[in-house]
Amino acid sequence: MNTVGVYYHSVRLDREKCKGCVNCIKKCPTEAIRVRGGKAEINEEKCIDCGECIRACPNQAKYVETDSLERLSGYRCTIALPPPSLFGHMRSCASPAQVLTALTSLGFDAVFEVAVGADVVSGEIRRLFQRGEIKGPLISSACPAVVRLIQVRFPELTGRIMPLSPPTEVAAHLARQEKMSELGLSAEDIGIFFLTPCAAKVTSVKAPVGGIPSNIDGVIGVHQIYPQLSRCVKKPDRPLLPIRASGSGMGWGISGGERLAVGIENYLTVDGIHNVISVLEELEMGHLGEIDFIEAQACTGGCVGGYLHALNSYVARVQLRKLARELEEKQMTVTEQFPRLAWLHGQLPRIRVQPRQIIHLDSDIKQAVAKMAEAEKAAKLLPGLDCGACGAPNCKALAEDIVLHKAQETDCIFVLRERIMDLSLHVYDLAKIRPPAMNQPGSEGDDAQ
Amino acid sequence: MSEQAKPEQILILEFTLKSLDFMRAGEASSEFKQRLKKLGFKPELVRRAAIAAYEAEMNVIIHARKGVMRFEIAPARLLIVVEDEGPGISDIEQAMQEGFTTASAAIRELGFGAGMGLPNIKRCADAMDIQSIPGQGTRLQIIINNE
Repeated sequence: MNTVGVYYHSVRLDREKCKGCVNCIKKCPTEAIRVRGGKAEINEEKCIDCGECIRACPNQAKYVETDSLERLSGYRCTIALPPPSLFGHMRSCASPAQVLTALTSLGFDAVFEVAVGADVVSGEIRRLFQRGEIKGPLISSACPAVVRLIQVRFPELTGRIMPLSPPTEVAAHLARQEKMSELGLSAEDIGIFFLTPCAAKVTSVKAPVGGIPSNIDGVIGVHQIYPQLSRCVKKPDRPLLPIRASGSGMGWGISGGERLAVGIENYLTVDGIHNVISVLEELEMGHLGEIDFIEAQACTGGCVGGYLHALNSYVARVQLRKLARELEEKQMTVTEQFPRLAWLHGQLPRIRVQPRQIIHLDSDIKQAVAKMAEAEKAAKLLPGLDCGACGAPNCKALAEDIVLHKAQETDCIFVLRERIMDLSLHVYDLAKIRPPAMNQPGSEGDDAQ
Repeated sequence: MSEQAKPEQILILEFTLKSLDFMRAGEASSEFKQRLKKLGFKPELVRRAAIAAYEAEMNVIIHARKGVMRFEIAPARLLIVVEDEGPGISDIEQAMQEGFTTASAAIRELGFGAGMGLPNIKRCADAMDIQSIPGQGTRLQIIINNE
């Protein structure tokens, strides 16, 4: 299991279903996957749980480990935290109030919108910028896959991650505080369940990186509740709950929504993990000097593009945008709703993300240089087709694996074929030799006609 | 045992650069930077080396006809050598001044050629050397030490 070791991972492999095809290894942004013995193997140190491999797998062999709904019974009061993106993925006939209400029909005692947390975080980011307490360029901390990507591939940019807890965590804290005072319960009596659109958020709860423990008790995949939820949405069996988030809080579910909510003038919005990498490379080179705020999300289109969601992400994006616009006009602000909330007045907990140091070739730089030089030579003998048949994502990766004794040259089918040809030619040459006791071809007594 | 054999402790990467090839501009220095990160050089050193390499690469793309960029990565020091065929630099001292540029208006409109390249390289490098023959080309050598 993936839990054995230093790192927790929510992206898991179903070995039965894995056919050893090489689709996932080529999509992984940290080159963390190799195929060995006909099965995909994930390097725990490098994996950031972005879920690109889940998307790429044609056999559904990769999945997200989430909690089961049975865990709800372990608490006196359970609260569901629906992300903004969920509302975009409900068919247009369902109003957000209907969705919230349907969640309580599913077995949750209460609901608290993550978008309310987004409203709080938006306000705090704005305030910190205005006061000059933070200086750009800062990268949003909302997408945990991006945060971990930075830890692994851009360690020197960890200091550029927005030092604030993401909306999910803020919402979880608010939800618990509210129910504790409302029902007179203690913190442990309340179970907070986030409804996740992706694997990355599961990991952020089970293994947080910012130095603060998670406020969330369990994570349920949106795919686990869709069938039941859409049934309940159609037939509400109780009075409708009011929606509390603002339109801009809801907008966080779409790429670009976050910077709109924050209202920073010099911003950059990027979505899709490979696009995020190219922007972070620019940032690393110091080419983004004039940018103050970078909204970066691993999924294309933002959280509406989360792979556990039901609808096409572009359809969901349109629906969510429409909803956000409608809400923008009539909602109360968070400060009006939570007038005594300490977190609204500069006390939002700060996070600090540390780099995750990975040793690629050797911990000793002399050895590392020697090994890379050797890998460079090894790569010259490979075809450079990056076919993946060796189980590594490209020829360069195979060359490094060879130097690290994790693979051999003949893992490359082209090298293997060449070796077989050399060998067959040699065998053929040997076969032509006749021992002296045998007749030589064309000599007297040769019975060849 | 093969372990006894002294392994080669220097990594050489070579790239050819083409005039005004903005599509591929920055690829050589980006590759150099990726390698340094993977090798485990300190972030501060990687940043300096990458910026120096980028500026040197862009200089060839903006000003020269073609060039070759060679990186010699050794544990204790990084060497970047860029040799180009191009107009050369007639007054090196003047070229080292911030803001001095011979780039065309079109290039400057693209956001390049602001006259910061060589001064930037100087800031990042532990040592640099420019040899140039006007009308023929320039050879730029940059050294960054890993103490």
